[in-house]
Amino acid sequence: MAEDFVIEMLNITKEFPGIKANDDITLQLRRGEIHALLGENGAGKSTLMSVLFGLYQPEKGVIKKDGKEVRIKDPNDANRLGIGMVHQHFKLVECFTVLDNIILGVESTKMGFLQKDAARKKVMALSEKYGLRVDPDALVEDISVGMQQRVEILKMLYRDNDILIFDEPTAVLTPQEIDELMEIMRGFKAEGKSILFITHKLNEIMAVADRCTVLRKGRYMGTVDIADTTKEELSRMMVGRNVQFVVDKKPCEPGDNILEVENLVVPSRIHKNNAVKGVSFNVRAGEIVCVAGIEGNGQSELVFGVTGLEKATCGRIRLCGQDITNARIRDRSKAGMSHIPEDRHKHGLVLDYTLGQNLVLQRYWQPQFQNHGFIRSGEVQKYADRLIQEYDIRSGQGAATIARSMSGGNQQKAIIAREIDKDPQLLVAVQPTRGLDVGAIEFIHKQLVAERDAGRAVLLVSLELDEVMNLSDRILVMYEGEIVGEFDPRTTTVEELGLYMAGGKKQKEGQA
Amino acid sequence: MNQKRKPLSQNATLIGVLASLLSILIGLVLGFVLLVVLNPGAALEGMTQMLTKGVSNLSSFSQVLYQAAPLMMCGLSVGFAYKTGLFNIGAPGQYTMGVFFALLFAIQFQMPWFVCLLAAMVGGAAWGVFPGLFKALFNVNEVITSIMFNWIGMYLVNLLIANMPVMLASAWGASNSDRTAALSSANPGAIIPKCGLDKLFGDSPWINISILITVLLAIVVWVVLQKTTFGYELKACGLNRDASQYAGINAKRNVVLSMVIAGGLAGAGGGIYYLAGTVQYVIEKAILGMGFDGIAVALLANSHPIGAIFSSLFVSYLQVGGSAMQPNYSPETTDIVIAVIIYLAAFALLMRGVITKALSRRKEKEASGK
Repeated sequence: MAEDFVIEMLNITKEFPGIKANDDITLQLRRGEIHALLGENGAGKSTLMSVLFGLYQPEKGVIKKDGKEVRIKDPNDANRLGIGMVHQHFKLVECFTVLDNIILGVESTKMGFLQKDAARKKVMALSEKYGLRVDPDALVEDISVGMQQRVEILKMLYRDNDILIFDEPTAVLTPQEIDELMEIMRGFKAEGKSILFITHKLNEIMAVADRCTVLRKGRYMGTVDIADTTKEELSRMMVGRNVQFVVDKKPCEPGDNILEVENLVVPSRIHKNNAVKGVSFNVRAGEIVCVAGIEGNGQSELVFGVTGLEKATCGRIRLCGQDITNARIRDRSKAGMSHIPEDRHKHGLVLDYTLGQNLVLQRYWQPQFQNHGFIRSGEVQKYADRLIQEYDIRSGQGAATIARSMSGGNQQKAIIAREIDKDPQLLVAVQPTRGLDVGAIEFIHKQLVAERDAGRAVLLVSLELDEVMNLSDRILVMYEGEIVGEFDPRTTTVEELGLYMAGGKKQKEGQA
Repeated sequence: MNQKRKPLSQNATLIGVLASLLSILIGLVLGFVLLVVLNPGAALEGMTQMLTKGVSNLSSFSQVLYQAAPLMMCGLSVGFAYKTGLFNIGAPGQYTMGVFFALLFAIQFQMPWFVCLLAAMVGGAAWGVFPGLFKALFNVNEVITSIMFNWIGMYLVNLLIANMPVMLASAWGASNSDRTAALSSANPGAIIPKCGLDKLFGDSPWINISILITVLLAIVVWVVLQKTTFGYELKACGLNRDASQYAGINAKRNVVLSMVIAGGLAGAGGGIYYLAGTVQYVIEKAILGMGFDGIAVALLANSHPIGAIFSSLFVSYLQVGGSAMQPNYSPETTDIVIAVIIYLAAFALLMRGVITKALSRRKEKEASGK
């Protein structure tokens, strides 16, 4: 009996130097189903999708479309077979309009002149049909991330793709946008389109998917029907052990003030106004203070100001009683500040350095690692090996691996290892679990709580409300550059936080 | 298959060397085609001359070494800056400044050769400061500023020398006043010593210890970049300025320092060449080409300091060989041929991609054949 599979990837094997990214993986996508692809960071999901999209050629295995074997040599081949993909990082031309982006590459022309009217009609029809609200004449750089994603989806539809790949589509969306996206995906399914949904958010899989294929460390773990499984079961398949979703914490025993911020003002890099408008708060030893808020309300700039990446124009910052308002970054680091940055590629790592070189990025100048200005490479190697071991950083060639070639989760682990091992007084962590899988999130949460229990002060900036509620001892909500409320996670609710985050409410000055 | 051994297509060093050699070969072939077009009868002999002249006798070989020394310094200058994320197209200006400072200390101040050489370094370094500062403080692209400083440097040196009577040859018993004095008459102590090397090379007038100095400096540059915290910082700034700022590295200071060091290296090149006592600085209206040749040297060496030793020898070898073609071909023609070869050699990066692709395709074929 032949099942109705639109795409079959049979026994795919793809090797990279030192690592088997895909080892005999089989994925069968039925017509009209939402099929989730689940796996840890570095489990091989992206590699598998790149194979399907023609970006990599597998060493072994075949791909079948409607039961017939096909060779996909490049993304154009994939496109011809009706395969479309929304990448995790959108591939849009920022200074083009929405419409131009959608038709880019498949423009219809007459004597060399663009024929946009027909295209506009088709786009608007698609937009209406699937509830994908976009403004066709807006520039991409001006529209929200959610709308950018809808543009990406329209791009696929405009090309009449009926196999749609979504690579971690919800990572950048607000909760409301996520609900909308789920609805849109169900609409596609009703239309008979087939969806491959790459994610590591189990809730979303449970909510929307029909079946789920699980990968672990490049191997195929099985395909399950969502109706017959549970979240716990899926995470066990993915990680290979039971995962705790809630971290055990001892009650908070706050000590002395470690970080004191008074009336801090930080300018924005994007617009002329201040991004942080007179913010005051403190973080004590042995507590996790979490800054919650919707992206773009000044949290990033607040961290820039505290860590020294941006000069504060006003206000005072004290670390362990020492005034560091105008201190250099190196001096802040010496005074006991560690920083897990928001953008691990921009700030966190020198991507073309090796893992070992990156692990000493904050302390290569210490006597342990240098002798009269000469780097003690033996010590660096030893140190890197220890961190790799302790923090389970996986890479192809150990300390000699180029950071760029590592998976996102392991890059993040490397940064966390480096920053925590510095033994800081204050740990500033900005979205430390963004884009990571449950196993890695659990690990990072445990590390943060361990730091707190060891009497360190932790300042956590997070967009994930689950994470905020789960980890913090105190919650500060930021809205439009100001702290609009301070909450105790034990007495507040997600709904109440949401109200403050959206600017609907504001606590009075001095009330906490 | 042995899992532990790196596949050929992953061996970056080997591919780099292969790519350079292959590009050189293509360049030679094209250069030969050019010779055939220009003067068919003499092409074969000309090419043979060019390829063998450098090793035909000791004197020619010593000339190769003599020319390679300043080339190597300029190559090191460009390569060093490149490793730290800067494109130092200002090497010619820094080189000219080095020449001026060396001759100033040699003729005007009557200093011994090593003082003059140090002065040359300082002069070149001083000319690197400006593009560095502009880049660090105002984020002005160093390419623009260093090109402008090439011209400023050249005209400034011309102006200064023309107005310093003691510097000119006419002050030291020669008749011409369009060039600096010959060191042999003005200050023999400023000529870089030969330390007996000339005996090894059959009393060649070209050879001196400069080639040894430059090789030593190349190794020093390599050690600084590869083994020191300073080099670690410089390279980090070059690869990712944001991350180095995040790590508390003073990126602005490093940009300036990097340009200063690059300038010093190019300046030393100028000093070395003119302190050999065989050439005089002629007041001209063209920028000295040595600094530009340094870009080719650095490119051929893939910016690697040790590679610059070999690539400078190669370029110098071509130049010496080219001069031997001269009865049949005009100097301009030989320059064009040399340029074609060097130009093609600079395609090494492109070649690298081609080779990597070819190798991995072969590997794929092998894999599918099994």
